[in-house]
Parts: sequence; C-alpha cells; structure tokens
Amino acid sequence: MKPMLIRGGRVVDPSQDHDGVADLLIVDGKIEAQGKKLSAPDGAETIDAKGKVVAPGLVDIHVHLREPGREDAETVASGAMAAAAGGFTSVCAMPNTDPVTDNQAAVGFIVKQGAAAGGARVYPIGATSLGQAGKQLSEFGEMVAAGAVAVSDDGHPIVSSQLMRTALEYARSFGIPVAEHCEDPYLFQGGAMHEGTVSTQLGLKGIPAAAEEIMVARNILLAGLTGGHVHLCHMSTRESVNLIRRGKERGVNVTAEAAPHHFVLTHEACRGYDTNAKMNPPLREPEDVEAVRAGLADGTLDAIATDHAPHHYELKEREFDDAPFGVIGLETALGLGLTQLVDTGVLTLAQLIRCMSSEPARIFHLPAGTLRKGSSADVVVFDPDARWVVDPARFLSKSRNTPFTGWELRGRVERTIVGGVTVFSGAKG
Amino acid sequence: MTAPSLGKDLLGLEPLTAEQIRLILDTAEPFKEVSERAIKKVPALRGKTIVNLFFEASTRTRISFEFAEKRLSADTVNVAASGSSVQKGENLVDTARNLEAMRIDMVVMRHPSSGAAKFLAERIPSNVINGGDGTHEHPTQALLDMLTVRDRLNRIEGLKVCICGDILHSRVARSNIWGLLKLGAEVSVCGPQSLMPRGIEQLGVTVFRRIEEAIEWADVLNVLRLQLERMQAGYIPSVREYYRVFGVTLERLEKAPRDLLILHPGPMNRGVEIDSRVADGPHSVILHQVTNGVAVRMAVLYLLAGGQPGLAEAAKGSGREADE
Ligand SMILES: [Zn+2]
Repeated sequence: MKPMLIRGGRVVDPSQDHDGVADLLIVDGKIEAQGKKLSAPDGAETIDAKGKVVAPGLVDIHVHLREPGREDAETVASGAMAAAAGGFTSVCAMPNTDPVTDNQAAVGFIVKQGAAAGGARVYPIGATSLGQAGKQLSEFGEMVAAGAVAVSDDGHPIVSSQLMRTALEYARSFGIPVAEHCEDPYLFQGGAMHEGTVSTQLGLKGIPAAAEEIMVARNILLAGLTGGHVHLCHMSTRESVNLIRRGKERGVNVTAEAAPHHFVLTHEACRGYDTNAKMNPPLREPEDVEAVRAGLADGTLDAIATDHAPHHYELKEREFDDAPFGVIGLETALGLGLTQLVDTGVLTLAQLIRCMSSEPARIFHLPAGTLRKGSSADVVVFDPDARWVVDPARFLSKSRNTPFTGWELRGRVERTIVGGVTVFSGAKG
Repeated sequence: MTAPSLGKDLLGLEPLTAEQIRLILDTAEPFKEVSERAIKKVPALRGKTIVNLFFEASTRTRISFEFAEKRLSADTVNVAASGSSVQKGENLVDTARNLEAMRIDMVVMRHPSSGAAKFLAERIPSNVINGGDGTHEHPTQALLDMLTVRDRLNRIEGLKVCICGDILHSRVARSNIWGLLKLGAEVSVCGPQSLMPRGIEQLGVTVFRRIEEAIEWADVLNVLRLQLERMQAGYIPSVREYYRVFGVTLERLEKAPRDLLILHPGPMNRGVEIDSRVADGPHSVILHQVTNGVAVRMAVLYLLAGGQPGLAEAAKGSGREADE
C-alpha cells in the first residue's frame, strides 16, 4: 500500500475541532500526520487538494442495501459503491432483508459481502426481533460477535412496549443501541402520505404526525426506565424534535437522526402523485422541516442518516397507493447538506461534517469519523464549489428512485479513501 | 381569441378554469334534447373507439357513460375488473400499454387509487376521462350536479351549497368543492368530525358540525352516500345514530327558512343519510341528476374528441343522420 499525501486542502475534522488548511499524510492505511508542508515519503501518491475540503469519511447509520432478497434494487456491493460515490466510508445496513438479518450467520453474510465490495465499509445491524415479527428477541450477543453494531426492526415498529423495554435492557449487556422506527401502526394504517391539507386535496390516506410522536414519547420513556440506549430513526415532526430535546435535558440515553429529505422537502412534493415523494415517515409540513433543521443545529438530532431505500423502478411506476415507501439518498446527501443547510446558514460546514461523520460514528460506536493520528485512513475529498445537476442515470446505486432529479447541488466528491485505499475517484481536480 | 378547450383529458375539476367548466355545462345543453328523441343518436363520435375501464364496480356511472358514448355513435368496449387481466395482477402500466397498442381513442376509467387517472393519462396518447379515482375526484358527477342546480335555480354563482356526509372518503365532495367554488358558489361541508378530512377549511369551505345549522344556511344540499364499511372501520358507531344525528329528514327540512334543493349522487341508503320522504319528495332532484349525467358526459366526450363548442348544436343534427 502506497503512502498518500493530500496536500493543501481545507481539513475539516470536527472530532478534533480542526478547520484549516493543512496536509494530511496517510501511511499503512492509517492517518500518520496532519500539518503544514509535510514532505511526501518515497513512493507516496500526492494529491493536490487546494481549494478542496478534506474531511473524515462520511458515516451513514441507516441504509437499506436489499441483499439478500431484492438484489435487483441494490446489493451490498452496489450500495457500498454508491456510498463511496457519495463520500461515505462507513454505512450501517438495516436488517429488513429477505430473509431478515436476525441471526449470526445472516450478519456474517453481510460482513462478508461488505468486505468483498471494495467500497464503503459495511456494518450490519441485526434485527431486534426474530423475523422482525415483534414477538421474540433475536440473539443480540451472537449477532454482535458476528459484527452487528446495533439492533433494529426498522421498517416495522416494535408494537409491544414490553418487548421494547426488554430489548433496551438486553442491549445494555452488549453496549449497543436499539434503533427504532417510531410508528403507531393503528394510526398509520393504510396511510400513504402526511395527513394534512395536501392529503386532503389529493384524496390520499394521511399519516398523522402523532403516529410518530406517540412512539417517540414511548421510546424515550422506556429508555428512561431501563437506562438503555434508544436511537430514534428518521425523525420527521416538530413534536418529535421537542420530545427528544426534553428527553435529553432529563438525561435520557436517547439519540436521533434526520434524513435529508426531511430537512429539504415538504408534503407539497407529493402533488402530482410523484411516487418518488412517497416515503415513511412521510414528508411533512414547512414547520416540521424548520424544526428538523433547528434540531440538527442545536444537537437535539445527533446525526444525518439517509434512510437510503432503493426500489426497482417498476415498483415505483405505480399508483401512489401501491408504490412502496422510500427514496435513495447516498449520492445526494452531501450536496443537499451543503446546499440546504450550510448555504442557508442552518449549519456551518464543520457542523455538517460533524452530523455526517463523528456524531453518527459516536452513536453507533464505530471506529470512524475522525482524522486523529493512528486512526484508520477513511477520508473524503470534495470540491465544495463544484455545482452539479442530479442525474439518476449516473448513480452507482442500482436504483433511481430519488425526488431530487434535476436539482442543482453544490459539492462534488472527488475522492473517497477507505483504509488508505482510494475506493472512489470522481472528476479529476 | 382562441375558443376555450379542455385539453387532452378530464382528470378533475381542480385543474379546470371557470371558463372550461362553463364550456362543459353549456355544451351539455343541446345534448339534453338528444336523449328526449325517439332515436337517441347523433353521429358526432362515429368511428371513435372508447374503452370503459372499471376497476371498481359502478353500474350507474358505467351505464351513464355507455349511454353517452352510444348516443354519440362511438364504438364502446366495457372492461370490468372482475375476470379481466387486471385481477390476474396486471399493473396499470401494462394495461395502458395494451390500450395504446390497440389504438383506443378514449378511455373512461374508474379506479380505487387516487391519482390513477392522471397516471394513465400521462402514459397514453388517448383522451382519459376520470370516472372516479379513489377518494380524489369524480369530475363528471360534480358537473352533472352543477348542471342540475343550474337547471333548477338558473345560476350557481352566489348560491349556498352544503355537501353532507362522509367528506373524508368522498371524491364527489372534492370535485363539487372545486367546481362550485370556481363558479362562485359558497360551499360548506357537514358531517361527523371523524369523517372530515384535515384542513378542509383551507380549500375555502365552511364546516358545519350540526346538520340543523347546515340546513338553516343552505340553498342546496348535496347528500353523500354513507358507505356501510365506514361503520365497520370504526369511523362512526352505528347507522342508527348516524341517521338520528346527521340524517336529512323531512322534519329537519321543514324547519328550514327556505326551500332547499336536495341532490344525491346515488345509490341512496334510504333511512341512513336520507329520509325516503325527502328522496321521493318535491325538493329532490335526484332523477334529474341521472338524466343530466348522460348529457354532461356526452359534452365531455364531444369536447375532448375535438368537437367545437358552438357546433354542439349542429352536431346533434336533426337526428335523421342516425336513422340509417
Ligand atoms: Zn424506518
């Protein structure tokens, strides 16, 4: 493995509160040094990063890679490459595969596929309950031993408060979070989009904000009861953000994430029955988007996670009611963050990088999200000024279901480095 | 100045202008008379092929469209969901491609999913007429309702129209709200709050919680059918209580400060949303609605097929042409 010297970039490393022009030296797959005018060792590859941002590789703790089961929509390999193209060096794969990733062997399969992918690192999340059926806990210990970093029944809420309580308690033994998809299934039933004026006009069954908030409140209360770590996935409403803020003030072990579509789009995007605007939780109201942004700004929401949810095109080429929920997000997340959060003054660049690297790594205890000396050389180099237009045909993901087609975004990934190896190289700088 | 036209499809009343809605209603006038003739046929759509694609059972709407098509001399085919490829799992995209391959001129579609008509219209060159999509719109029903009101009261503008019942699940309510507001009526809705969609006021309608208040306010009541499955789904506790609290009864109408016009899109649940004495009484224009349904649908078909509004009178001809 050749050493690598990344010269003259703006090194933004929130894990060390660093933001300034510096060189970064990588030797043997690890960060060796950071400083001014570092000299290149013999045989080193030198990268000119002048005018570019050099940051810890991005971390996405919520992706659906569809393998096993729906390899026509995504595989671990294609997902890992799409992640690398988006600047991510670590992603956590949700277990709602077919069959469900709810045991040691299934977790081991994801680890093996991830290692062979040659893209971002892939960390499996094991199912909280067997078959995600919400009845019986799966073997957390065996799954953690095989490489799982968290448990989740994402895609389905855990309806039984008793099972959720037990999961939070049991997860403490292994120091892992229980990542929860907050949804009251009775209030949700049959819903296709956010319940509000737009659903009323379109004649689509609405999903009230309370369907999420009731479970957010319950899960925070159970985390308080048990001392377990609950991680709340894809928060979409203002009251969810308020509940989490109050929970954190009380010292409850709760963390939460927001998806780019929830800080960018509102339910207005569903007009015209665009199935690429159909996701769960649904796109909400402008006040909710503002609250999610504010939650990211004040740290109530710890991390940005894409909820990358690939679907084969023919499944989205349907009536709105029949189309599946979900959009892909790995290859647009950074550009949306820069354009919609940094350019609007919601976050600084350093805060954005924090929400997309060190914070998600901290929540899921991943060895990632830092450029500290000795840490694994997971690095992204991007041109913050390059503008590009979202063209799904150019995605490395196998799926195309994005609501952002044709959007002009700022910030193009030029190089993604995992363990000192370049896994993605974009436009030549 | 170009004459107004409808464009390729009729998907709802929300996208139409007041001018376009008036055009349809005005075009329907000469077609009313066709249905009164001994030979109820004009050659306006001769040679056109129309498919009535019904993914939901609806005898009334389908028959009304079919009469309209036949009276315009079109060739029609009915495709019902039961027994067709639709039930074998063929999706709407494939259905659309097949229709396109058969060079169908027009498609009338009834579908349980909101947005289905738009979905189809975007994928085929044929004219698409929304015969009801999910809980979204049912434009021809609202058009025939408005034509009936206009026949009886000579205007729409300035009238107070209350739509009563299950607004949440009603495409008829949504189409009526759009159409009536565009033509300058005041619109209100009345029904149990559990069957009232969120934010309905923001469409520009008033919400009445009590039927007595609605009756006191209105010139016209459009009484919606209460689907009995709403009770099974728990939106209301019982049909008996619904009738007692929200039913349009003779006793309630007798207390009204003025004579009301009573519309119902059918089929009626007598003794549930409407009292039989009201349905069969002098205020009811329910059968007039049925008659107007054919005329309005003829007008829509004629206009979408490229017929010129002013020529509708001529198109209906003397009736002799069709005698052959
Ligand atoms: Zn989820």
